Amino acid sequence: MTVPAAVGALIQVTLVIAVAPILTGLMRATRAKLEGRAGPSVVQPWRDIRKLLHKERIKPEYSGWVFLLAPRVLLASGLMVVVLVPLITTATALGGSGDLFAVVYLVLLGTVFLVLAGLDPGTAFGGMGASRAITVAALAEPAFLLAIFALSVRAGSSSLATIVDSVLAEPRSLASPGSLLALAAVSVVVLAESGRLPVDNPSTHLELTMIHESMVLEYAGPDLAVVELASQVRLTIFLGLIANLFAPWGIAVTTHPADLAIGTGVVVAKLALLGVVIATFEVFVAKMRLFRVPELLTAAFILAFLAITMSFFLT
Amino acid sequence: MSAGTWGLAFAAAAGGIGTIAALVTVGPTRRWLVGILSGLSAAAGGATAILVLVGHGPVTVHLPQILPLAGVELNLDALGAVFVLAVAIVALPASIYGIGYTAHGLNRRSVQAMYPLFIVSLLLVPAAASVSTLLLLWEAMALTSLVLVAAEHRDRSEVREAAWWYGSMSHLSMIAILMALVVFAGHAPGETFEALRMSGRHLSSSTRSFVFVLSLVGFGTKAGVVPLHVWLPRAHPEAPSHVSALMSGAMVNLGIYGVLRVTWDLLGGGPIWWGITVLFVGVTSALFGILHALVARDLKRLLAYSTSENMGLILVAVGAAGIYSSSGNPMLAGVAITAALLHIVNHAAFKGLLFLGAGSVVAATGTRDLDRMGGLLARMPVTGAAFAVGSLAIMALPPFNGFVSEWLLLKSLVQGLPASSVAISVTMPIAVGAVALTGGLAAAAFAKAFGTGFLARPRSPQVEAAAEVGGTMQTGMVSLAVACLGLGLAPFALLDVLRRAGAALPSLWGGEPVRSVGVTLHTGGLTGSLSPLFIGGGLILLVVLIPVVLRLLGVAGRRRVAENWGSGRSLQTARMEYTATSFAEPLQRVFDDVLRPEFDLAVTHTAESRYYVEAVRYRVGIVDGFETHVYRPLIRVAKRWGEMSRWVQNGSIHRYLAYLFVALLIVLLVSQ
Repeated sequence: MTVPAAVGALIQVTLVIAVAPILTGLMRATRAKLEGRAGPSVVQPWRDIRKLLHKERIKPEYSGWVFLLAPRVLLASGLMVVVLVPLITTATALGGSGDLFAVVYLVLLGTVFLVLAGLDPGTAFGGMGASRAITVAALAEPAFLLAIFALSVRAGSSSLATIVDSVLAEPRSLASPGSLLALAAVSVVVLAESGRLPVDNPSTHLELTMIHESMVLEYAGPDLAVVELASQVRLTIFLGLIANLFAPWGIAVTTHPADLAIGTGVVVAKLALLGVVIATFEVFVAKMRLFRVPELLTAAFILAFLAITMSFFLT
Repeated sequence: MSAGTWGLAFAAAAGGIGTIAALVTVGPTRRWLVGILSGLSAAAGGATAILVLVGHGPVTVHLPQILPLAGVELNLDALGAVFVLAVAIVALPASIYGIGYTAHGLNRRSVQAMYPLFIVSLLLVPAAASVSTLLLLWEAMALTSLVLVAAEHRDRSEVREAAWWYGSMSHLSMIAILMALVVFAGHAPGETFEALRMSGRHLSSSTRSFVFVLSLVGFGTKAGVVPLHVWLPRAHPEAPSHVSALMSGAMVNLGIYGVLRVTWDLLGGGPIWWGITVLFVGVTSALFGILHALVARDLKRLLAYSTSENMGLILVAVGAAGIYSSSGNPMLAGVAITAALLHIVNHAAFKGLLFLGAGSVVAATGTRDLDRMGGLLARMPVTGAAFAVGSLAIMALPPFNGFVSEWLLLKSLVQGLPASSVAISVTMPIAVGAVALTGGLAAAAFAKAFGTGFLARPRSPQVEAAAEVGGTMQTGMVSLAVACLGLGLAPFALLDVLRRAGAALPSLWGGEPVRSVGVTLHTGGLTGSLSPLFIGGGLILLVVLIPVVLRLLGVAGRRRVAENWGSGRSLQTARMEYTATSFAEPLQRVFDDVLRPEFDLAVTHTAESRYYVEAVRYRVGIVDGFETHVYRPLIRVAKRWGEMSRWVQNGSIHRYLAYLFVALLIVLLVSQ
């Protein structure tokens, strides 16, 4: 780990923490516009977090250290992923410390702790959300890993930086059927893992339809702020991953300050664009019945499988 | 005598003295002596294994006087040493744990006397260097463990049934192993492994395949692979928990050892279909095992099925190694075999830990039913924390050890494609998909085990009254939890010595498959690296730093304890909680076709109106499909056969004399 690499990683972490709530705000604002509502400002999530941080800390009666630890582990695992993933630059990112597979397991770590936190206070809704969340996560994991397999085969490496570099060096490889199928698979997985429609509705107010929200029902005050921030960081990471794995142009390949500045600007623009696209998509779809979700994830699995077969037979 | 020889001799002697001590002492003295001497035996075995692995050369012992005709041949090479190390990692903490655990009605002479012998046999099986020695030690291992499984046969009829299943299956497997090795030795100049190794490659291909298939069946039964796993989910739950830990963490590994030793060492590898077969056996075991673990209500049964799953994962790696080696990529094979060996050691650590944790729960509450547990983390903080570590490790989450071996396993499967043949490009994506699904379901299964067993509120009075177990039991669990964390943060030391084990399998090893540069692991083939120390350390650091940052931002540190909110629902009771069954229900529904659960839903209405429900009874039973559809019919046939043969043996002395006469006539006619 060299000094510029550490600086690059630090910039990425700072950027993601700063941008993540605004990205969520932007998605909510877009949705409000399209639905003809005035909607809150894009910085509203930041204001919410600030407000929550200054409220009292509450611990539910029967919960233990798992409940208290979960928000921190969720945020810590998210931030670890930010350190590993090339968002602004491929040259920093401490990329050698972990590859795409490591990212999958870090994400799963966060999910598992949230699930345990849902069970810990012993409420019916918490258990329900936990059970559903682990179902989705368990079925999303194979699709995710197979999509990674497809991407790694193309680049000859599972390292994120190398995959990004290989696309930069040979942009035509993106237009191959293998890459497009992998993109489709990854997109479905991202929607499922980050709790977006059609898998989970992030703005639902009905507990019976919730997945993510019902796990965190018992959180309040600063703990809730950490959970919210962590979920927003997760969404940002996923969108950043899609952006840079499938359209890496503009990413810095050195740690030169000018390149880093361009990289930062470009990644923010890409995130905003993807956020608007997803928000628009969400206006037009309804939430799926819970027991249709496995079918969606199976479809993603099959797409990823086809992506691998394609990249083997069509190159 | 070299240091290694002394080590093995000491291990055997300590075990032997432990057995004698168990026979002649009584009460707490017996518990302590057996625990300490078995622990010493395991420690000596582990030390010998480490000596061999760091390059002291193999330990060879030749004892012609012990067995007539053949004599006992021991030769502990680096491959065997990995397995001895895995045994020692579980056996040492399990023995310490046993000191306290056996106080709960298990301090009987027969049980305590068998325990040290079981450990010695586990330590010596990987050192066996001739067919007769291997068979002798293998049988010793099977018999001692059978006695231990049956320890509580007087108290519960399930124990007797489990012991029957275990005894029958392990003897059927013994027959398969016997046939494989005897046929092999018959075609070789001698029965030592040396002789077998020299002739292994020159046998006819049909003989080689015969030996391969039979040894896969025989050793696979011991490893608990599907469909030969049926004994495992019965025997492991019914055995005393420190014995379950040894069986699940150490004994089943020796099945994998047998497959590796016979197929890829003595036979020297074979055609590609061997690898493909092993890989698909592994895939089936992994998926079937984890699905049943997911829906199991009995905590120890869940762990037992998960052992089937993990052995499956290891066989996937072994099979992949075989496929790579047959298609001329020994370096890729090396990555896969490193993944397999590392997972064996890791699995020993976390499965041992989980079984010890389950044992503490059983000792404290008297139940294994997850649906009746809950709230144990508050009542048993050390056991709960240890079980949490084991669960996270088995889910392959950083910073624990399962993460590293699962990463290597996935890496080894993915990397084949660029250098590919059709066989590889078809099997590997399937294997990755299966391994990934297994990983996801394992996360669900162990979130269930820990989440519904230890979190929330107790669902029954005996769990409500549970208290933490004693010091020796805690020591056993904590030391394994530390091992899980240590192997997760710093696997380098182990990976460096695994190189010697790989070199003992020349057909599966080439170049430098996995190297560690500083704290980062690199694999050959497809690039991509991992630094477990950085990821794990970074995670721990961030988890510690986040509250500090919050404090700096002016967030209050104290928490007020308040009633659960539960969406405004007041007066929550434990009956409203999600149980283990309900937690797994969505996934059970998704995998309906495989699990084929049997439901029974009875709704009683109140007398006044059909629209009001008085009571709902929901019962779900999931049976192992292989048991009902394969084994039960076989048992029926065997029983009928036995009953038919009964008229042959009716106790009449005249008839027996007639048999003798006829047999003599036949012999005379044939020998003419």
